[in-house]
Amino acid sequence: MKKGRIRIDEERCKGCLLCVEECPKNEIKKGGKINRFGYTFAEFCDNGSCNACTLCAIVCPDCAIEVIEITEDEKK
Amino acid sequence: MTTGKQLIKGNTAIVEAALDAGCRFYAGYPITPQNEIPETMSWRMPEEGGTFIQAESELISINMVFGASAAGARAMTTSSSPGISLMQEGISYMAGCELPAVLVNVMRGGPGLGNIAPSQSDYFQAVKPGHGDFHIITLAPHNISEMYDYTFDAFDLADKYRIPVMILADGLLGQLMENVELDRSRKPALLNAPKPWALTGASGRKGQRIVSLLMQPGALEKHNMDLNEKYNLIKKNETRHELAGMEKSPEYLIAAFGTCARISKGTMNIAADAGIKTGLFRPITLWPFPYEALKEAAKKVKKVFVFEMNLGQMVEDVRLAVGDDSKIEFYGRPGGGVPTAEELFEFIRGKVK
Amino acid sequence: MAEKIVYKKPDSLTDKIFSYCWGCGHSTVHKIIAELIDELGMREKTIAVAPVGCAVFAYDFWNFDTTEAAHGRAPVVATAIKRVHPGHLVFSYQGDGDLASIGMAEIIHTANRGENLTIIFINNTNYGMTGGQMAPTTLIGQKTTTSPAGRNIKQNGYPIKMSEMLAQFESVKYVERVKVTNAASVIKAKKAIKKGFLNQLNGTGFSFIEVLSACPANWRMEPLAAKAHIDGVISKYYPVGLIKDIK
Repeated sequence: MKKGRIRIDEERCKGCLLCVEECPKNEIKKGGKINRFGYTFAEFCDNGSCNACTLCAIVCPDCAIEVIEITEDEKK
Repeated sequence: MTTGKQLIKGNTAIVEAALDAGCRFYAGYPITPQNEIPETMSWRMPEEGGTFIQAESELISINMVFGASAAGARAMTTSSSPGISLMQEGISYMAGCELPAVLVNVMRGGPGLGNIAPSQSDYFQAVKPGHGDFHIITLAPHNISEMYDYTFDAFDLADKYRIPVMILADGLLGQLMENVELDRSRKPALLNAPKPWALTGASGRKGQRIVSLLMQPGALEKHNMDLNEKYNLIKKNETRHELAGMEKSPEYLIAAFGTCARISKGTMNIAADAGIKTGLFRPITLWPFPYEALKEAAKKVKKVFVFEMNLGQMVEDVRLAVGDDSKIEFYGRPGGGVPTAEELFEFIRGKVK
Repeated sequence: MAEKIVYKKPDSLTDKIFSYCWGCGHSTVHKIIAELIDELGMREKTIAVAPVGCAVFAYDFWNFDTTEAAHGRAPVVATAIKRVHPGHLVFSYQGDGDLASIGMAEIIHTANRGENLTIIFINNTNYGMTGGQMAPTTLIGQKTTTSPAGRNIKQNGYPIKMSEMLAQFESVKYVERVKVTNAASVIKAKKAIKKGFLNQLNGTGFSFIEVLSACPANWRMEPLAAKAHIDGVISKYYPVGLIKDIK
């Protein structure tokens, strides 16, 4: 099972919520703070179910999401 | 094309000059009286390995020239009065983007659809073109050799200053054939000069842009001031005129450009035979206009006769130069009317005490 | 534990934050174009022609050579650039007003001449930059600032289906209409644009990709509602899918 996490660039995010609707794991939510442009940027929930599918980043118009895949070190 | 003396048409001379100057992109639309230019280009340009496109309108022509120039090529389009009107948007864009190109207007009678006879009624349009604060260099040939020479020079001028350059000819010069030997020995000095600003693909560098839209506060104003510096440099270095007959200390000066200057040379002979000595001031660059030289020449004469094939366009610049309206007499034929040398002489005789 | 970035901003985009509105299709399409330019390794041999419209600022966001063009003239500017640099990837990127209104002659003739170009047409059924006026692509009954009672057939004619119209020309090789709503549609849109680019690079010829794109600001909708509007309303009139694909 792949695991992942995302980084949302608070300045680039415009709070369009396309990623919130897209995420199959409900790991993104509408945020509670505004950035310097007045947009309420999205936030990563970080509940452990992100699997780096990248659908959020694909749909994000603003390149505000960076997706990181986390791989376990191989056990010897 | 052979060397030596040959019968050659003005429109054809323009084509050969452009090709000799390294023009390898031409887009144009048929319009009388310059159709020989796209027609000749359609087979001559491929012979030289360049691109010829018969564009579907003059709007498309000028915008293709915009693109070719942005890509670094020597590009030209040609038209006649109504088609040049369509190109004003593109000319303004090229001036704002500082794109070099050569444009030719083989003037016909106007306004509107007008007729297909020769005229000089686009002087205003050439020296005060398009929207915004800008200028283009305008050269006015008066014989076939100059149709070649000025077109040839125009490409280097355009590249040197990154500016559109217009050859302002008329239907008579376009259709005229003269038995001349064109000087085809010259090489275009700036043909291979680098164009670092051109869009050639961002090889080893960041992407660059060709723009005239400058939205940041103050940016467009600064750009206009920079353009103005360029125009001042052009005024200083490239203003040209011809002054003939002054060695005979004439009392009268004729001021005319293009075909009217050609006809005026005949008028000068008729006048001389009648005991009236005249000189001829012929602006070669209509922009930048040779104000200083005309002012100096006008000081030496009693009257300046301004002859144009329009109802008074260059005469406004003559008035600015001379500074004394009482000295100026204007005679013009609009709407495709072409005066005879005798007709111009009769006008002079009527004004001379 | 090891971490690997599997999705980030493409290199062919500059660092500038998109000035487009929230949920705007321009941002998405600029991004997928840049991703393709990176994937094809063509950044140093691409020359783009920007429109007049919201995307007049495209050159601020793309890190490859881009020129402005007068309104509607992009296809012929692109034609000339491609004739001067036949080995480069040259494309025009245009909106509804630019391509389907003032630029109608230019796109038709460029298509008919079969120029080896890729044209990316952003259809958001209105004139975005100038505040939401009616476009040739505005739907029947759609209210805009210049059709306050809704577009009406008698006064304004029917909305123009550019893709179907251009597909009629013999020299047009590839026409596809896509949309950018959810991730799956963005992936499909990127595939279509890629095909358009490859057609040019392998000499196949004129390719036209129409992208149904959201304009939340002028539609007076939030981005999610705008997305639903494309899926539920706009794509009923402008069907998404392959329209023409020939060699």
